[in-house]
Amino acid sequence: MTVYERDLGTPAVSADTQVTVTIDGIPITVPEGTSVMRAAALVDAAIPKLCATDNLDAFGSCRLCLVEIEGRPGTPASCTTPCQDGMVVNTQTPRLDKLRKGVMELYISDHPLDCLTCSANGDCELQDMAGAVGSRQVRYSDEGENHLSAGKDESNPYFTFDASKCIVCSRCVRACSEVQGTFALTIAGRGFGSAVSTAQDTDFLSSDCVSCGACVQACPTATLQEKSVIDRGVPSRKVKTTCAYCGVGCSFTAELRGDELVRMVPDKQGGANAGHSCVKGRFAWGYANHEDRITEPMIRDSIYDEWRVVGWEEAIQFAASRLKKIQADHGIDAIGGITSSRCTNEEVYVVQKMVRAAFGTNNVDTCARVCHSPTGYGLKQTFGTSAGTQDFASVKDADAILVIGANPTDAHPVFGSRMKRRLREGAELIVIDPRAIDLVRSPHIGAQHHLQLRPGTNVAVVNAMAHVVVTEGWVAEDFVNERCDVESFKAWERFIALPENSPEALEETSGVPATAVRAAAETYAKAGNGAIYYGLGVTEHSQGSTMVMAMANLAMATGNIGRSGVGVNPLRGQNNVQGSCDMGSFPHEFAGYRHVSDDSARALFDSAWGVSLRGEPGMRIPNMLDAAVAGKFRGLYVQGEDIAQSDPNIHHVEAALKAMDCVIVQDLFLNETARFAHIFLPGTSFLEKDGTFTNAERRINRVRPVVPPLSGMSEWGVTCAISEAMGYPMHYDNAGEIMDEIAALTPTFAGVSFALLDEVGSVQWPCNGEAPMGTPVMHEQRFVRGEGQFVTTPYVPTDERSTRKYPLLLTTGRILSQYNVGAQTRRTQNTIWHAEDILDIHAADAEARGVADGDWIEISSRVGSTRMRARLSEEIPAGVVYTTFHHPVSGTNVITTDNSDWATNCPEYKVTAVEVRPSMGAGS
Amino acid sequence: MTVWFVPKDAAARSMGADGIAAALIARGEEVVRTGSRGMLWLEPLVECASERNGSRVGWSNVTVADINDASLDQNHPAYLGEVELLTFLSRQQRWIYERVGIIDPLDPQDYQHHGGLAGLKAAMAMAPADVLDAVKTSGLRGRGGAGFPAGIKWQTVADQEPQPLRGQPSRATRHKFICVNADEGDSGTFADRMLMEGDPLCLLEGMAIAAYAVGADRGMIYLRSEYPDAMDALSAAIDVARAEGWLGQSVLGSEFGFDVEIRLGAGSYVCGEETAMLESLEGRRGMVRAKPPLPAIKGLFGVPTVINNVLTIASVPGILARGAEAYAALGCERSRGTQVFQLAGNIAQGGIVEMAFGVSARELVEDFGGGTLSGRPLKAVQLGGPLGSYLPPDQLDVPMAYEALVEVGAMLGHGGVVVFDDSADMAEQARFAMEFCAEESCGKCTPCRIGAVRGVEVIDRLREGKDTETQTLLLRDLCDVMKQGSLCAMGGLTPNPVLSALDHFAEDFSR
Repeated sequence: MTVYERDLGTPAVSADTQVTVTIDGIPITVPEGTSVMRAAALVDAAIPKLCATDNLDAFGSCRLCLVEIEGRPGTPASCTTPCQDGMVVNTQTPRLDKLRKGVMELYISDHPLDCLTCSANGDCELQDMAGAVGSRQVRYSDEGENHLSAGKDESNPYFTFDASKCIVCSRCVRACSEVQGTFALTIAGRGFGSAVSTAQDTDFLSSDCVSCGACVQACPTATLQEKSVIDRGVPSRKVKTTCAYCGVGCSFTAELRGDELVRMVPDKQGGANAGHSCVKGRFAWGYANHEDRITEPMIRDSIYDEWRVVGWEEAIQFAASRLKKIQADHGIDAIGGITSSRCTNEEVYVVQKMVRAAFGTNNVDTCARVCHSPTGYGLKQTFGTSAGTQDFASVKDADAILVIGANPTDAHPVFGSRMKRRLREGAELIVIDPRAIDLVRSPHIGAQHHLQLRPGTNVAVVNAMAHVVVTEGWVAEDFVNERCDVESFKAWERFIALPENSPEALEETSGVPATAVRAAAETYAKAGNGAIYYGLGVTEHSQGSTMVMAMANLAMATGNIGRSGVGVNPLRGQNNVQGSCDMGSFPHEFAGYRHVSDDSARALFDSAWGVSLRGEPGMRIPNMLDAAVAGKFRGLYVQGEDIAQSDPNIHHVEAALKAMDCVIVQDLFLNETARFAHIFLPGTSFLEKDGTFTNAERRINRVRPVVPPLSGMSEWGVTCAISEAMGYPMHYDNAGEIMDEIAALTPTFAGVSFALLDEVGSVQWPCNGEAPMGTPVMHEQRFVRGEGQFVTTPYVPTDERSTRKYPLLLTTGRILSQYNVGAQTRRTQNTIWHAEDILDIHAADAEARGVADGDWIEISSRVGSTRMRARLSEEIPAGVVYTTFHHPVSGTNVITTDNSDWATNCPEYKVTAVEVRPSMGAGS
Repeated sequence: MTVWFVPKDAAARSMGADGIAAALIARGEEVVRTGSRGMLWLEPLVECASERNGSRVGWSNVTVADINDASLDQNHPAYLGEVELLTFLSRQQRWIYERVGIIDPLDPQDYQHHGGLAGLKAAMAMAPADVLDAVKTSGLRGRGGAGFPAGIKWQTVADQEPQPLRGQPSRATRHKFICVNADEGDSGTFADRMLMEGDPLCLLEGMAIAAYAVGADRGMIYLRSEYPDAMDALSAAIDVARAEGWLGQSVLGSEFGFDVEIRLGAGSYVCGEETAMLESLEGRRGMVRAKPPLPAIKGLFGVPTVINNVLTIASVPGILARGAEAYAALGCERSRGTQVFQLAGNIAQGGIVEMAFGVSARELVEDFGGGTLSGRPLKAVQLGGPLGSYLPPDQLDVPMAYEALVEVGAMLGHGGVVVFDDSADMAEQARFAMEFCAEESCGKCTPCRIGAVRGVEVIDRLREGKDTETQTLLLRDLCDVMKQGSLCAMGGLTPNPVLSALDHFAEDFSR
C-alpha cells in the first residue's frame, strides 16, 4: 500500500477571525472561512470524499461528504460549508451512513468491477471510499445505461485516459484550470452524458495539454494514470527529493517499487511548488537510466585515442598526475575548474575548494557566468546581495507584474502557473519582450501592456519607464528618503530626467511607442504592489548588468522592495544556479559572496582549510578559454557542464579545449565537451545525489538519494579523491558534513544543516541567528547593504547590430518540453513535442527570402552558420528571428558571438546579427 | 375614431392574431398591438373601443374571415361584451399584470398613462434605504420558486461594496448587478413570457428601482432562447427606455446610472437555477455552483448581484407606486401580495390568473379553469412545474400559499398549475419526472447525474412487474438520496412528482 499525504479536502484559508466548531464532539478552532471538511480532517474525523482535494477549490459534486449540522435543516456538503462559530457538526450518523451508501451505490453502478486487475488497485480513492462508507451491494440492474465501454486515450507518452473508469468528479478539469491554468480540459455534454474532454474534443496529445501532470495527480481513480504505474505497478516506498531541472526547484516524492522508480509526484509541502509540477520534473526522468549513461570512469592519452574504461583509482591518479604535471610545467595558474549549476551545493563547494586549496589557484568559475552573473553583480551593487528579493509565493500579493526577458510558462512553468493564477485574479501584466510570449495572450490572461522592443534595447525601455516615473512625480519619496542612499538617488534622478531618457527620445531606438511606455510605467508605479520578474532576456546582453541595476532603480524609486508582492526577481535557468553562485564558484568570491581580497574572509578560510589562499581573483571562463588558445591554460576540470554546446561562439570554445593537455569531464553522458576530454568521470543523476539545491527564491531544498550511484561513487567523493591525490586531503563522511562546513564559513548559511532541512523541509537564506527559519522576503527593514544604492544606467547600444550583410537580429529562448542543451530531455519521450530546433521568422522576412513554412534554412552570423527548419511566426516582429538551442545538431551557438556583458562577461546570446537563406536540407 | 386592439403575444400569434391585425389594417382600421389578456382559450381575442382609452368590447377566437366580412358586432356569436367585466378577469387582483393586454407594450406614453413609471419616480424621490424598507414591508418574496424575501436579499446586496469584475485589476471600475432570471423553463408556465411581451417596460422599471435601492449599475436579463418574441419586445423596450432617459447614464436626469442588457440562454432547464444561470451568463457551461458564497455577495463575475425572477421584479413598480402596505394587505400568513397562476394542461380555460395568495387550488382549477378540457374526471394537479408534486382531487382545497402547500408536501414553484384527467398514467408521469431530470441534469452532482438514469430504469422494472417489492424500496431509497444528497433543486425536487405519484396513485405502478 502506498502511504498517502493527508489530504485535508479543501485549501487552507487565512483570516483574521478564528471560529470554534465542534465536530463529532471534538472542539477545534480554525480561521473563519475554513470548510467543515477541513476542520474535520484536522481533528481526524475524516469525512468520505471524492471530488474534494486540498489543492482545489471546493466543488461540492460527489455528495459523499454530507454532514449534519445541529439547528440546520438538511445534509449540507462539508466541503462547501464554511465553519461558523459555535457550529456543532456530526459526521457519522445513521442518516448520513445510509445516504453515503446510496451515493456510492450509484457510483459503482457505473464503474467497472475489475479492482483486482486495475492499475490503481490499492491506490484508488473510489476503492478506499467504498470501503469507508461500508458499501456492500449494488441493487441496480447491471443492464442499466453505463460508460463501461468508453474508450481509452493513450496518445500522451506518459499517461493514459481511460474514460470507462471516470467518475466525473472534475478534479482533472479543475486542476488544469485552477492549478496549471491551461484550460485544456472541460466537461462535455450534460447529465449522465457528462464526460471529461479536451477543449476541442481531440486526443490529449493534440490538445492544449502541456502534460504538467496536475490532472493525473488529481484523478482519484485509474482514469488518468501514469503509464509507468500501468507498466510497473503501484509504488511501495517513497523518498522526498528535489527536481533537477529549472531554477524553480520543485519538491517531489520519488515513488519506487523496490529500487525501481515508478513515478515522481510533486510534493504538496514543497515550498517552491506546493504540489504542482511540469512535464519535465513530473515525467521526464527517464534519462537517469538511459542507455547512454556512462557508469565507469574512462581515460585516454589524447583526444584522438579511443576511450579506455578503467577503475576509479586509476582514473583519479591519472587525473591528478596530469594536472600536477601541467602545474609543474606551466605554473600554478595553468589549470582551473568550472562548477555546474546542475550539481548540489555540496558538490560545487568541494570543487571550488579543490581548485582554491588543492590547485592553489582562484581559477574557478561557474556556468552561471553565461546566464545570471549580471544578476549577481547588479543586485549586489544596488541592494547588497546577489539574489532575488522574494519568495515565489509573493506573487499572490502583486498588483502589477512586470515580466522582462523571461518566458515563465515555458522555462519556469510551475512558477508560471502561480503567476497566471494571480493574473487571473486581476493583477495587471506588463510584458517587455521582442516576442509575444504565451503570457501576452493565453486563456483568461492578457497583458495590459506588451512592449515589443528591439532586441538589445532593454535599458532604453526601462530607463524610459523610470523617466516617466520621475518626471510625472510618481516617486515613492518616503521610501527613497528612509531606505535609500539619497545622494545616489538625486544623481540618478537628475540623470534619468534628462530628455534623452524620455520615451519619446528612445522610441526610435527601442521600437516601442512612447505612449505604450508611459502607460506601462503608470501601471507599474500606481497599481499598488509592483513586482518585476526577469530572465536571461535581461542578463544575456552586453548591458546585462546595467539592465539589472536599471530595474533595481525603478523598483526602489517606486517603493517596490521589502514586502510581499513586490521585488526584483531573477528566474534562474538551472536548478542550482543560485546555489552554485552562493558556494564560491566565482574566481573573485568565496562562498557567501566575499571577495577573495577581503583579508578577514580569507583568513577565515585559510584557518579552516589549513592553507594560504590567494588574494587576487582567478580567471573567468572566457579568460580561461582565451588563455588556452594562447597556450597558457592547459588543464580544466569541468563539472557537469557542456561548454562546447552551451557557450557562445562554439568554434572558439572548441579551439580552446583542443589546445589543452588535460580536460576532465564529470557528467552523465559523453557530451559535446567530452569529445575534447582526456578523463571522463561518470557523474550521478539527481536520483543518486545526496545534498542540497538552492532555487531562484534562495530556497535550500534537500536532494535525497533515491537509488545508489550507478558509478559506485558520489560526485563529491570523486572530487575529494582527486584533491587528495593532488596532495590536499579533503575528507567528509557524508554530504551533511560538507554543509556543516559551508554553514560554519558562510554567515548567510550559518543556521543551515541537513537536520534542520529534514525537519522543516526547506529554508531560504539568509538563515542564521537573526533569521533561524530563513528569509522569504529580503530587505524588509533595511537593505542588506544598508541603504539602497541608485546607479546611473546610461543606455549604450550593443556593438552587435544588424547590417546590410546580417540584417536580422537573432534572439534565443526555451521551450517547455526541453531543457537547456537537451542532454536530459532529449533522452526522454519529451522529444515528441520538440524533436528539433526551429527558427521562428516573420512572414515578411520569410517572403523576402523565399522561405516558406517548414523549409530548411541556413542561418549565419559573422562567426558561423548552421541549418534548421523555419516556421512562420506572428509572435515576433519583422526584423527579428528566434530559436531554441536544445539540440546539438542545430548548433545554435555556432553562430552566437563572443560579445558579452561589460561587467561580468555574460555572453550576449540574446542579440546576434544574422542572415537567413533557403537551404536544400540539413546539410553537413 | 374606432380603435382595434389585437394581441401581439406569441400565444395569440400562434392562433392567427397577426393575420387579423393585417386584415384590419388592410381595411384601413387603426390597430394597436397589445399583450394578451391571459384568457388563452379565447385567443385570438380581438377588442374594439370608440377611442384609445375607452372601454373595450371583444370577440373571441376571431378569424380573418370575421374581419373580412365585417361581421364583428354585438350579434356575432363570439361577442364577449365589455372585456373587463368577464368574470375570469373581473375576479382577478391584477397587480403585476395591471397593464398587460391593455397597453401597447412599447409606447412610453401609453405606459405612463396606465400608471407606468410612477414606481421609479416614487423610489427615486426616496433614499435607497427607504426603498429597501418598502420592499421589506411589502413582504414580497421571490417568485422563482424558493420564495426568499426579496427585501432581505436586496439588503444583503446593498450592504456589500461594489467590486471589480472577477479577474479585473483592483483599480478597475467596481460594479453591482441586477440579474433577472427569465429562463422560464417549468412546463405549464408562461407568466414571465407574457409579461415580457405585454409590459416589458414594467420589468425594466422594476430593475431600475432594484438598482437604485442596492446601488447597482448594470442589469442583465437572462432570457431563454425559446422566447424570440420576448427577446424582440425587451430589446425594443430597452431602446425606448434609453431614449426616454429611464435607463442609461443618468436615469430620470439624476446622478444615478443604470443600463440593461439581454443574454440568451441555450436551452438548458438547469440554467434557471440561479447559480447555473450565473455560469451561463459568464459564458461558461451551465453548471450549478455550490453556495456559499451567496450570489448577493459574490454573484455575476464575482460581484454582488441581485437575482430575481421576472415576476418578482415586475411586482416592484406597483409596490412603490401604490404603497408597500397596500401590497402587504393582500395574501395570507407570510405569503403576501399576489401570485400570477398559470393554468395549463388538460383544462377548459387555460391562462393567467393573478390572485392574492390564499386562493385554493380548487378555485383555480374549477372556478377559473372550468375543469378538464376533456370533460373527464380530474385525476391530479401538478403544482409548481415538472418538479412539483401531484395532488389528488381530495387535496385541492389547499390554499395556494408557500406555507400551506408545504404542509401537504407540495410547492408553489413558479405558479404553474397543470391538470390531468383520469386517463393519465401516473407511473408514466413518475417515469417522465426521472427522464426529465436525466435529460436536464447538468451532470455535476452524482445523485442527479446517475440517480435520474437509474430512476428511469427502476421505474421501468417496476412497471414490468419485476421484483416489485425490492424495486419499490430501491426507488424510495434513490429518491431519498436524490432529495437529501443533490446539489441543487433539480435533483432534490425530482423525487416530489415520483413519490407523490407512488403515494397517491400506487395502482398505476402495477397495471
